[in-house]
Amino acid sequence: MVAGVKNWVRFDFPSRPENISFARACAAAFASQLDCTLEEIEELKLVVSEAVSNSIIHGYDKRLDGIVTLEIKLHEEKTIEIIVEDRGRGIADIEQALQPTYSSMEDRMGLGFVFMQSFMEDLQVTSEVGSGTRVRMIKSLLPGREEY
Amino acid sequence: MHVELEAVRDTLVARIKGEIDLAVADELRRVIDERLKAERFQSVILDLAGVSFIDSSGLGFILGRYKKITGQGGKMFIVSARPSVARILEIAGVKKLVPVYPSEKEVLQN
Repeated sequence: MVAGVKNWVRFDFPSRPENISFARACAAAFASQLDCTLEEIEELKLVVSEAVSNSIIHGYDKRLDGIVTLEIKLHEEKTIEIIVEDRGRGIADIEQALQPTYSSMEDRMGLGFVFMQSFMEDLQVTSEVGSGTRVRMIKSLLPGREEY
Repeated sequence: MHVELEAVRDTLVARIKGEIDLAVADELRRVIDERLKAERFQSVILDLAGVSFIDSSGLGFILGRYKKITGQGGKMFIVSARPSVARILEIAGVKKLVPVYPSEKEVLQN
Protein backbone atom coordinates (compact mmCIF):
# COMPACT_ATOMS: atom_id res chain seq x y z
CA MET A 1 0.00 0.00 0.00
CA VAL A 2 1.19 3.53 -0.70
CA ALA A 3 -0.11 6.78 0.71
CA GLY A 4 -2.01 9.42 -1.28
CA VAL A 5 -0.44 10.94 -4.37
CA LYS A 6 1.00 14.41 -3.79
CA ASN A 7 2.35 15.06 -7.28
CA TRP A 8 2.71 13.08 -10.48
CA VAL A 9 3.94 13.20 -14.06
CA ARG A 10 3.16 10.94 -16.99
CA PHE A 11 4.45 11.06 -20.54
CA ASP A 12 4.89 8.97 -23.67
CA PHE A 13 7.95 8.85 -25.89
CA PRO A 14 9.14 6.81 -28.89
CA SER A 15 11.20 3.68 -28.21
CA ARG A 16 14.42 5.32 -29.34
CA PRO A 17 17.59 4.56 -27.31
CA GLU A 18 18.47 8.26 -27.15
CA ASN A 19 15.31 8.80 -25.09
CA ILE A 20 16.59 6.60 -22.24
CA SER A 21 18.82 9.37 -20.88
CA PHE A 22 15.94 11.83 -21.20
CA ALA A 23 13.63 9.52 -19.22
CA ARG A 24 16.09 9.00 -16.37
CA ALA A 25 16.98 12.71 -16.23
CA CYS A 26 13.26 13.56 -15.95
CA ALA A 27 12.82 10.97 -13.20
CA ALA A 28 15.79 12.40 -11.29
CA ALA A 29 14.55 15.98 -11.63
CA PHE A 30 11.02 15.09 -10.56
CA ALA A 31 12.15 12.92 -7.64
CA SER A 32 14.37 15.72 -6.33
CA GLN A 33 11.18 17.31 -4.95
CA LEU A 34 11.42 14.66 -2.21
CA ASP A 35 14.82 15.87 -1.02
CA CYS A 36 16.52 12.63 -2.02
CA THR A 37 20.16 11.79 -1.34
CA LEU A 38 22.56 11.66 -4.28
CA GLU A 39 22.71 7.90 -3.88
CA GLU A 40 18.94 7.59 -4.10
CA ILE A 41 18.85 9.79 -7.20
CA GLU A 42 21.49 7.58 -8.83
CA GLU A 43 19.47 4.48 -7.99
CA LEU A 44 16.28 5.95 -9.41
CA LYS A 45 18.10 6.92 -12.60
CA LEU A 46 19.42 3.39 -12.90
CA VAL A 47 16.08 1.62 -12.44
CA VAL A 48 14.36 3.93 -14.95
CA SER A 49 17.21 3.33 -17.40
CA GLU A 50 16.87 -0.44 -16.99
CA ALA A 51 13.08 -0.52 -17.30
CA VAL A 52 13.03 1.72 -20.39
CA SER A 53 15.91 -0.24 -21.97
CA ASN A 54 13.95 -3.46 -21.39
CA SER A 55 10.94 -1.97 -23.19
CA ILE A 56 13.06 -0.90 -26.15
CA ILE A 57 15.11 -4.10 -26.42
CA HIS A 58 12.67 -6.80 -25.39
CA GLY A 59 9.29 -5.14 -25.81
CA TYR A 60 9.94 -3.63 -29.22
CA ASP A 61 13.00 -5.61 -30.43
CA LYS A 62 14.78 -2.26 -30.86
CA ARG A 63 12.09 -0.93 -33.20
CA LEU A 64 12.05 2.86 -33.01
CA ASP A 65 8.33 3.38 -33.50
CA GLY A 66 7.03 1.83 -30.28
CA ILE A 67 5.62 3.95 -27.47
CA VAL A 68 7.02 3.85 -23.95
CA THR A 69 5.09 5.46 -21.09
CA LEU A 70 6.84 6.71 -17.97
CA GLU A 71 4.74 7.64 -14.96
CA ILE A 72 6.14 8.88 -11.67
CA LYS A 73 4.06 9.47 -8.56
CA LEU A 74 5.28 11.17 -5.43
CA HIS A 75 3.27 9.95 -2.46
CA GLU A 76 2.89 11.30 1.04
CA GLU A 77 5.51 9.97 3.49
CA LYS A 78 8.29 10.37 0.91
CA THR A 79 7.41 7.40 -1.21
CA ILE A 80 8.07 7.30 -4.93
CA GLU A 81 6.30 5.10 -7.44
CA ILE A 82 7.65 4.59 -10.96
CA ILE A 83 5.73 2.88 -13.73
CA VAL A 84 7.23 2.03 -17.13
CA GLU A 85 4.86 0.60 -19.67
CA ASP A 86 5.10 -0.55 -23.29
CA ARG A 87 2.72 -2.07 -25.83
CA GLY A 88 5.34 -4.46 -27.17
CA ARG A 89 5.52 -8.22 -27.48
CA GLY A 90 5.21 -8.95 -23.76
CA ILE A 91 6.98 -11.50 -21.59
CA ALA A 92 5.87 -15.13 -21.80
CA ASP A 93 7.50 -16.22 -18.54
CA ILE A 94 7.87 -13.39 -16.01
CA GLU A 95 9.34 -15.65 -13.32
CA GLN A 96 12.13 -16.66 -15.65
CA ALA A 97 12.73 -13.05 -16.76
CA LEU A 98 13.17 -11.99 -13.11
CA GLN A 99 15.90 -14.56 -12.45
CA PRO A 100 19.36 -13.00 -11.92
CA THR A 101 21.07 -15.41 -14.29
CA TYR A 102 18.52 -15.11 -17.02
CA SER A 103 19.28 -12.99 -20.05
CA SER A 104 18.17 -13.29 -23.62
CA MET A 105 20.97 -10.87 -24.54
CA GLU A 106 24.47 -11.75 -23.40
CA ASP A 107 25.78 -8.22 -23.69
CA ARG A 108 23.37 -6.85 -21.08
CA MET A 109 24.15 -9.51 -18.51
CA GLY A 110 20.52 -9.95 -17.49
CA LEU A 111 20.96 -7.41 -14.72
CA GLY A 112 18.07 -5.08 -15.48
CA PHE A 113 15.55 -6.68 -13.16
CA VAL A 114 18.27 -7.44 -10.60
CA PHE A 115 18.97 -3.72 -10.20
CA MET A 116 15.25 -2.94 -10.05
CA GLN A 117 14.77 -5.55 -7.32
CA SER A 118 17.87 -4.40 -5.43
CA PHE A 119 17.20 -0.68 -5.40
CA MET A 120 13.41 -0.56 -5.08
CA GLU A 121 11.37 -1.95 -2.20
CA ASP A 122 8.65 -3.37 -4.37
CA LEU A 123 8.73 -4.52 -8.00
CA GLN A 124 5.67 -5.73 -9.84
CA VAL A 125 5.81 -6.92 -13.43
CA THR A 126 2.62 -7.59 -15.35
CA SER A 127 2.69 -8.66 -18.96
CA GLU A 128 0.62 -10.18 -21.69
CA VAL A 129 2.17 -11.71 -24.77
CA GLY A 130 1.35 -9.54 -27.76
CA SER A 131 -0.02 -6.67 -25.65
CA GLY A 132 2.91 -5.31 -23.65
CA THR A 133 4.55 -5.10 -20.25
CA ARG A 134 4.04 -2.89 -17.21
CA VAL A 135 6.74 -2.52 -14.57
CA ARG A 136 5.75 -0.85 -11.29
CA MET A 137 8.38 0.02 -8.71
CA ILE A 138 7.97 1.61 -5.29
CA LYS A 139 10.53 2.98 -2.89
CA SER A 140 10.23 4.76 0.41
CA LEU A 141 12.80 7.50 0.94
CA LEU A 142 13.23 7.39 4.67
CA PRO A 143 14.72 10.16 6.80
CA GLY A 144 18.10 9.77 8.48
CA ARG A 145 19.77 8.47 5.36
CA GLU A 146 23.49 8.74 4.81
CA GLU A 147 25.02 10.77 2.02
CA TYR A 148 28.03 9.30 0.28
CA MET B 1 29.39 10.25 -25.09
CA HIS B 2 32.95 10.73 -26.26
CA VAL B 3 35.85 8.29 -26.34
CA GLU B 4 39.50 9.14 -26.79
CA LEU B 5 41.86 6.31 -27.72
CA GLU B 6 45.59 6.45 -27.08
CA ALA B 7 48.24 3.78 -27.60
CA VAL B 8 50.77 3.76 -24.75
CA ARG B 9 53.40 1.19 -25.75
CA ASP B 10 51.50 -2.10 -25.99
CA THR B 11 48.46 -0.81 -24.10
CA LEU B 12 45.34 0.77 -25.55
CA VAL B 13 43.92 3.44 -23.25
CA ALA B 14 40.26 4.29 -23.84
CA ARG B 15 39.14 7.44 -22.02
CA ILE B 16 35.36 7.52 -22.01
CA LYS B 17 33.27 10.57 -21.20
CA GLY B 18 29.53 10.85 -20.64
CA GLU B 19 26.85 8.30 -19.79
CA ILE B 20 27.09 4.67 -20.93
CA ASP B 21 23.71 3.19 -21.76
CA LEU B 22 21.99 1.40 -24.63
CA ALA B 23 22.16 4.51 -26.83
CA VAL B 24 25.97 4.58 -26.87
CA ALA B 25 27.11 1.03 -25.99
CA ASP B 26 27.11 -0.20 -29.60
CA GLU B 27 29.13 2.79 -30.81
CA LEU B 28 31.67 2.37 -28.01
CA ARG B 29 31.96 -1.32 -28.84
CA ARG B 30 32.48 -0.55 -32.52
CA VAL B 31 35.15 2.13 -31.95
CA ILE B 32 37.21 0.04 -29.54
CA ASP B 33 36.85 -3.23 -31.45
CA GLU B 34 37.96 -1.52 -34.68
CA ARG B 35 41.14 -0.32 -32.99
CA LEU B 36 41.78 -3.73 -31.45
CA LYS B 37 41.37 -5.32 -34.87
CA ALA B 38 43.71 -2.84 -36.54
CA GLU B 39 46.54 -3.08 -33.97
CA ARG B 40 47.81 -5.70 -31.58
CA PHE B 41 47.69 -4.67 -27.91
CA GLN B 42 48.71 -6.65 -24.84
CA SER B 43 46.28 -4.82 -22.60
CA VAL B 44 43.42 -2.36 -22.56
CA ILE B 45 42.71 0.30 -19.95
CA LEU B 46 39.17 1.68 -19.71
CA ASP B 47 39.51 5.07 -18.03
CA LEU B 48 36.06 5.89 -16.62
CA ALA B 49 36.97 9.20 -14.96
CA GLY B 50 34.59 11.04 -17.29
CA VAL B 51 31.72 8.55 -16.95
CA SER B 52 28.87 9.94 -14.86
CA PHE B 53 26.42 7.07 -15.30
CA ILE B 54 26.44 3.40 -16.28
CA ASP B 55 23.64 0.85 -16.54
CA SER B 56 23.51 -2.82 -17.53
CA SER B 57 24.02 -1.99 -21.23
CA GLY B 58 27.27 -0.26 -20.23
CA LEU B 59 28.25 -3.18 -18.01
CA GLY B 60 27.57 -5.49 -20.93
CA PHE B 61 29.89 -3.40 -23.09
CA ILE B 62 32.66 -3.72 -20.45
CA LEU B 63 32.19 -7.47 -19.94
CA GLY B 64 32.01 -8.03 -23.67
CA ARG B 65 35.36 -6.30 -24.20
CA TYR B 66 36.84 -8.16 -21.24
CA LYS B 67 35.86 -11.52 -22.72
CA LYS B 68 37.20 -10.55 -26.12
CA ILE B 69 40.54 -9.22 -24.84
CA THR B 70 41.24 -11.97 -22.35
CA GLY B 71 40.11 -14.53 -24.94
CA GLN B 72 42.99 -13.30 -27.09
CA GLY B 73 45.44 -13.62 -24.20
CA GLY B 74 45.38 -9.93 -23.24
CA LYS B 75 44.49 -8.09 -20.04
CA MET B 76 41.92 -5.43 -19.27
CA PHE B 77 41.79 -2.87 -16.48
CA ILE B 78 39.29 -0.29 -15.28
CA VAL B 79 40.66 2.93 -13.80
CA SER B 80 39.42 6.17 -12.24
CA ALA B 81 35.77 5.16 -11.83
CA ARG B 82 33.74 7.68 -9.84
CA PRO B 83 32.14 6.39 -6.60
CA SER B 84 28.65 6.13 -8.15
CA VAL B 85 29.98 4.13 -11.12
CA ALA B 86 32.33 2.05 -8.94
CA ARG B 87 29.35 1.08 -6.78
CA ILE B 88 27.45 -0.30 -9.78
CA LEU B 89 30.57 -2.17 -10.96
CA GLU B 90 30.82 -3.73 -7.51
CA ILE B 91 27.15 -4.69 -7.20
CA ALA B 92 27.21 -6.26 -10.67
CA GLY B 93 30.29 -8.31 -9.78
CA VAL B 94 32.44 -6.70 -12.49
CA LYS B 95 35.17 -5.91 -9.95
CA LYS B 96 35.60 -9.61 -9.26
CA LEU B 97 36.55 -10.16 -12.89
CA VAL B 98 38.17 -6.96 -14.10
CA PRO B 99 41.00 -5.42 -12.03
CA VAL B 100 40.15 -1.89 -10.88
CA TYR B 101 42.85 0.72 -10.19
CA PRO B 102 42.73 4.33 -8.98
CA SER B 103 44.35 5.73 -12.14
CA GLU B 104 46.08 4.91 -15.43
CA LYS B 105 49.45 5.56 -13.80
CA GLU B 106 49.19 2.56 -11.44
CA VAL B 107 48.48 0.19 -14.32
CA LEU B 108 51.09 1.59 -16.70
CA GLN B 109 53.82 1.55 -14.02
CA ASN B 110 53.24 -2.15 -13.46
